Amino acid sequence: MIEVLSTGGLSTVQDAGRRGYRRFGVGVSGPLDALAASVGNAMLGNDPGCAFIEIVLFPFRVRFTADTCIAVTGADVRGTLDGVATWPWWCMPVRAGQVLSLAPPASGGVGYLCVAGGIDVPVVLGSRSTDLKAAFGGFQGRPLRRGDLVGWQAPAAEVRASRSTRGFGVQALRVPGGDHREGSEGEGAAATEVRVLPAAEWPGFTDEAVEAFLAHRWKISPNSNRQGVRLEGPALAMRGKPELLSHGIVPGVVQVPPSGLPIVMQCDAQTAGGYPKIATVIAADLWRVAQTPAGGHLRFRTVTLQAAQDADAAQRDYLARVRRAARLGP
Amino acid sequence: MTAMQKPSVSHLGTGALLFASRDAFGDAVQERVWAVADAAPAWPGVQETVPGMNNLMVVFDPAATTAADVAARVEAAWLQPPGQRSAGKLVELDVVYGGEGGPDLAEVARHARLDIDTVVALHSAAVYKVYFLGAHPGFGYLAGLDPRLHTPRRAEPRLSAPAGSVAIGGMQAGIVAQTTPSGWQLIGRTDRRFFDPHAEPCTLLAPGDHVRFRAIGVER
Repeated sequence: MIEVLSTGGLSTVQDAGRRGYRRFGVGVSGPLDALAASVGNAMLGNDPGCAFIEIVLFPFRVRFTADTCIAVTGADVRGTLDGVATWPWWCMPVRAGQVLSLAPPASGGVGYLCVAGGIDVPVVLGSRSTDLKAAFGGFQGRPLRRGDLVGWQAPAAEVRASRSTRGFGVQALRVPGGDHREGSEGEGAAATEVRVLPAAEWPGFTDEAVEAFLAHRWKISPNSNRQGVRLEGPALAMRGKPELLSHGIVPGVVQVPPSGLPIVMQCDAQTAGGYPKIATVIAADLWRVAQTPAGGHLRFRTVTLQAAQDADAAQRDYLARVRRAARLGP
Repeated sequence: MTAMQKPSVSHLGTGALLFASRDAFGDAVQERVWAVADAAPAWPGVQETVPGMNNLMVVFDPAATTAADVAARVEAAWLQPPGQRSAGKLVELDVVYGGEGGPDLAEVARHARLDIDTVVALHSAAVYKVYFLGAHPGFGYLAGLDPRLHTPRRAEPRLSAPAGSVAIGGMQAGIVAQTTPSGWQLIGRTDRRFFDPHAEPCTLLAPGDHVRFRAIGVER
């Protein structure tokens, strides 16, 4: 078991997401940064569907009640295992009784704690993900609290990290565009580069709005959450006043409500919406949005459908390489 | 049944397409939407379909199929007259209009230039059809709202609309099934439960069902 000793809040059990229930209005949930979570599972040799813990607020401290292997990925999450420093994007064996403490990442962002075999919670509507809005799934439909005991499933195969004392790591992924720590303001300051495809209402926005959408450094509002990242900047105007019929939306869609301030939908996004959509963040860049903290900035750039598909494919290849590497080595 | 036009197609990123009807809004189009939504999950690479208001989102695995292939199949299926669908059930809901549970009732009346009693009478006289479930678990988008009650969404979405809120969004009616952010106008409250993740099916409403609101109180 994993005993939760302390949590900053909003740590939840997630898996690859709840698929097939959008037609009931049930959202996908799953990780904000699916790439980091997938790398964690891959390093452990886990099935891509294995559940893990997403950590949004730090510090996060747990004790393991049995021997196992874990992986820590996501933001630049440094910590200690019984006082010995651990590295981000690292996979390691842990012993019964050991305490893992994860510190707040210097530049913000979310972290992932994966365990060999995957977190063991009941499957609800086809998934182990916590649906925070609807309060079901995951660990009792809620964020983890101090004192919770979270089990894991037996791994299907031998885990590479169990054969070493120190484990192994992969190159940490960092958002392109620079450091989001406080003080980075002004010309040339940090802004996460996010690639988008134009969405249905793109042509309905004024030339000035489209120009501002692409040129502005959009500040992430503290009012952001797993449903959507709210952006602060110039209001984006449309040529007319469309009242759209509600329709399905996916994480990554950039909606523009009448306030004119865009919202990038995240993994807890509603399954349907009716606000004009200016663009959609490409799947390969959703993690970049997720790892840019409140107060940090985003800058959007349009790409062709082909370029977006190529970026998706490159990410799949990268994950396949990590999976292969996890099967090799000492 | 008259022939339909091909729907418009737009990309929602690399893994989803949105098909929107170019025909006059109504039940005939929605029957096509339901038919394609039921058929598409059997196609290669298609993961999910989400019917909307006279539109359809298809979610697919871009590693297993292409947007072009999905679009071609949807367009072909959209033009086929759908088979007969079983009639839905009638769900009757008791509503207290206005007051704390319906903070936007006065705004809807003001926008419609009607008095509150007329708004309540019009809203509870209609029989609505569930077009689809979406936004959040169990939320039914209802067609059949009297055109006099059509009211634009709020300029800034509310951060929290309570479960059971009876709501208007543009030409659509609905009942908030989970406490959630919403831009819809809230005009009343019902205490029915619309979603249970452990029940089969997990939602009270299903596409094709009918809904009628019964006014059990009006608070001003």
